[in-house]
Amino acid sequence: MNVLEVKNLTKQFGGLTATNDITMTVEKNSITAVIGPNGAGKTTFFNMITAVYKPTSGDILLNGHSLVGLKPHEVSKFGITRTFQNIRLFNEQTVIDNVLIGMHQHLKAHWVGTLLRLPSIRLEEEKAKVQAYKILKYVGLEDYVNENAGNLAYGAQRRLEIARAIAARPKVLLLDEPAAGMNPKETKKLTDLIHDMRTRLDVTIVLIEHDMKLVMEISDYIYVLDHGELIAQGKPDEIRNNQRVIEAYLGKVAAEND
Amino acid sequence: MVKEWFHKFSQSSRAQLFFIITYVLVTCLGLYLLEDSASAIFPFLLVLLSLLILYYMKINVKLKWAIGFIIIAVMIPLSASQGSNFQAFMDVGTLVLIYVAMSLGLNIVVGFAGLLDLGFIAFFAVGAYTYGIFGSKQANHFMPFGHYPLPGDTFWIFIFVGAIIAAIFGILLGIPVLRVRGDYLAIVTLGFGEIIRIVFNNMDHPINITNGSMGISQIQPPRIFGYPIDTPSEFYYVALFIFILVIYVVKHLENSKLGRSWKAVRDNEIAAQAMGIPLVKTKLAAFAIGASFSGMMGTVFAAKQMFVDATSFTYLESTMILVMVILGGMGSVPGVILGAAVVIILNNQVLTDLSNWMTSLSTAGILNVPDALSPSKMQRFIFGILLVVFALYRTQGLIPHKNKKVDAERLKREAAAEPPYGNSEAKTNLEGSDS
Ligand SMILES: Nc1ncnc2c1ncn2[C@@H]1O[C@H](COP(=O)(O)OP(=O)(O)OP(=O)(O)O)[C@@H](O)[C@H]1O
Ligand SMILES: [Mg+2]
Repeated sequence: MNVLEVKNLTKQFGGLTATNDITMTVEKNSITAVIGPNGAGKTTFFNMITAVYKPTSGDILLNGHSLVGLKPHEVSKFGITRTFQNIRLFNEQTVIDNVLIGMHQHLKAHWVGTLLRLPSIRLEEEKAKVQAYKILKYVGLEDYVNENAGNLAYGAQRRLEIARAIAARPKVLLLDEPAAGMNPKETKKLTDLIHDMRTRLDVTIVLIEHDMKLVMEISDYIYVLDHGELIAQGKPDEIRNNQRVIEAYLGKVAAEND
Repeated sequence: MVKEWFHKFSQSSRAQLFFIITYVLVTCLGLYLLEDSASAIFPFLLVLLSLLILYYMKINVKLKWAIGFIIIAVMIPLSASQGSNFQAFMDVGTLVLIYVAMSLGLNIVVGFAGLLDLGFIAFFAVGAYTYGIFGSKQANHFMPFGHYPLPGDTFWIFIFVGAIIAAIFGILLGIPVLRVRGDYLAIVTLGFGEIIRIVFNNMDHPINITNGSMGISQIQPPRIFGYPIDTPSEFYYVALFIFILVIYVVKHLENSKLGRSWKAVRDNEIAAQAMGIPLVKTKLAAFAIGASFSGMMGTVFAAKQMFVDATSFTYLESTMILVMVILGGMGSVPGVILGAAVVIILNNQVLTDLSNWMTSLSTAGILNVPDALSPSKMQRFIFGILLVVFALYRTQGLIPHKNKKVDAERLKREAAAEPPYGNSEAKTNLEGSDS
């Protein structure tokens, strides 16, 4: 079954076509990778799904419902959350508050009720904190609950982005270069985490990544973009041996490795 | 040695309690005895300093609030009450409370939500005019029914009417204004602040609503149980009542879902939206709640002055409130309170006293200071310098904001008692709180 369907999605910035007529489907509970060289249009693609950008044309369907025209926070309520390539944490707030903000849409507290000190709201807040702690423990940040997010090391910030995103309990989780800037050991831990999230949280994961080892190891299905065009799709083995992909992308990496 | 002693002191709440009580009693006695002399300002400032000391003490939080309340509500008025300066002191006290409440309102907008508003005084004006119009004969000019002025007993309702109307103005201004960001937002709010002032200044025709530049006079003093409130020492308690209300609201919202959303929007709009926070609604809430504080104090201001006109609501007033917030520490509730108190007391008490003292020196022929250099005329200069110094050396303000910490140990214990994070449990939780 497909959770996410993208139909003929195009985005133009003035004269530049960042993504051109992309059609793809993402199967429920799968790990799908979107790869491609720099500037291929991958982040733009995520930005359209999460309504940061409005597509020039085309449609995005989550479980059959179109998301085009919604506001970013509405897309989030529909069940899609993401992390950002250029980390966007709430730097001035504590680690646990970052996760609590991720839970925003699941907390019922209204400010009037807060001022009336309704017991239900105080209980909810307490429960949310315990839950947030558990999420932080899950991603391995439980030692930093009271630290300001901006003070964390780079790798930890990336994990906090994931923690914040899963706190929103998404149906589809979009990860934009989650391993960027991580050392091999951190990347290994991240790989395990992504694997584990899929089963443990019953979530569908779409990730953008340049780390080919991670991508090949983790993905069920891969889409390859180049200059805004979808040039290939298939299982990791198919992509590995696809001539166009090798030319556009892996070829470069292979050349670098020689 | 001293360090050790201090450490011991800070560990013992009884020693601290003993210290603060003694300190308050001594300084209050000083104020009581010295009140008629020219140097009454010193014990007055020392009494106020006790509140700052109290803030830094390590004792039970509820006890702290209780002591603070007693100092503000009982000790200060009581010890100042025996001299000729009583009403002058209480007037400054009332002003401090009014401006503290407004700064706390602006702090929600600027400090929490990160929206630079340079026209904040407009909401104060809205509150002031609301009571001014209906608490005087003015409303007779345009209201088709009823007889005005409304009796002073209605003032208490007008505090909340003022709050609501200011909040509505906040939302109405916010809707167009919040389309722009950053520097543009500052410029647009500045413009709106001025527009509101000018509109109030010209609403005497075709229908006379505000009496234009003549202003509204003979505003009814508030009444409580038939007893009129018309001296500063009485308004002090009205302002105190609203101040407590404001503190309550701020303290409860700051670390609530809404408070977190404000700060999320401030720190990163795109990420905040990606987490399901509606941008416009959240910003409007900040505008409305902040404005309502200002509106409430506006009604007090109108009742206290018994007169309103547009000259009280200039751009300079907006900047002044912003200075209080920046000086105290953006986003920091204790900081903003301190900032507002420092600015008002410096402005209305210290500089005036200093000027008087210098004048007395020159009349005695000891020192000849030209009138133009008198400290009370250099307010803006002094605040300008202060602002520059703070911007350069202490961007966080007098009392920098500190994030509230959670008890990690307790969370750890509670989390351990539950099944680990994961699917089944996430699901039941989902059902539990989503329905
Ligand atoms: N807001 C924008 N305005 C104009 N051009 C943009 C905008 N956002 C992206 N682009 C352009 O669209 C193209 C695709 O960019 P995008 O960020 O989607 O690439 P990417 O595949 O994520 O690359 P990378 O691997 O470097 O992150 C680039 O040429 C980029 O300059
Ligand atoms: Mg990118």
